[in-house]
Amino acid sequence: MIAALIFAISLATLFQFFVSYCRSVIAASSKKGLSDQARELTGIENHLVRGDEFERLLQLVWLCPEPGDDTRDLRAVRGYFGLLGVLRGAFSGLAPALARWAEREREGCAYFAAVALDHRIAYSRDLMAQQISNRL
Amino acid sequence: MFARYGFTSAQYFYFYYFSDALLTVFLYFALMGLYFLVFREMGVHRYLCVGAILLLGLTAGVSYQMVVSSSHKLLTRFVVELSQNLYFVGVVLTYLLWGAIMKLRETRTRLIQLVLALGIYFSAFAANYALRNLYPTLNVVWQYVPPLMGLWLPLAWAYTFWKIPEESRLATARVVAPNR
Repeated sequence: MIAALIFAISLATLFQFFVSYCRSVIAASSKKGLSDQARELTGIENHLVRGDEFERLLQLVWLCPEPGDDTRDLRAVRGYFGLLGVLRGAFSGLAPALARWAEREREGCAYFAAVALDHRIAYSRDLMAQQISNRL
Repeated sequence: MFARYGFTSAQYFYFYYFSDALLTVFLYFALMGLYFLVFREMGVHRYLCVGAILLLGLTAGVSYQMVVSSSHKLLTRFVVELSQNLYFVGVVLTYLLWGAIMKLRETRTRLIQLVLALGIYFSAFAANYALRNLYPTLNVVWQYVPPLMGLWLPLAWAYTFWKIPEESRLATARVVAPNR
């Protein structure tokens, strides 16, 4: 009985810490704006990105050269996105407010992926410029 | 240890649990260090220090009471019990610290991420120990899952120290409240 209680409490705190941790990672990106080039490439017009866009944006991210400083964050956010998908699916009928919250969080994840894509595009451009200047 | 005795040996078992208990005690003091950082300006260092040592002593005392009736392998049982109880105490203390961080509107990103990563680690291990008590026969799971979970904290903390600048700031409201 005590073990079950400890398990339930630990699982609840684990969920809360994990959500807060992922939000702290995503929050840093929400302050950043997207470049015109990234907007053109992704078709994003304003600050809002639909949650469903996350996978497409992530596929574009993986196509770009890796700057080596965002892969871990992207994996954590991908895990968080998956968890939100499960929550949204499970509670869409039972608790619409929770499902709406999950959808807003998914939008935050998608914006994070868009910012990561923007960062990688900028990195690729720098890399290419460096190579061209080395050849000259 | 792996090469000489093997992953399933009694030697590895003792090495794992004794070093785990030691690590948990160190983590407990690391958590107290985070408490000092959060409450530094309030000047409550001394109370926190005394409280931390009392709580550690109390946890050790309760752990001893829980195993004292078993005459066989008393020290080993005590070490496992202490480790298990300290993980749960760690969960509670990290949760309280997280509550204090939100209440005090702490903005240091590095500190926030260190506390949250520690909270995930403590919660995962406390849940693991509790589940192990509920289903002790799932040996395959208990053998491989904890070492994998153990990778989380060094990776998360290394990332935080390496990538998050000391001066970086983050509003806790962005981490807790809904986005819009």
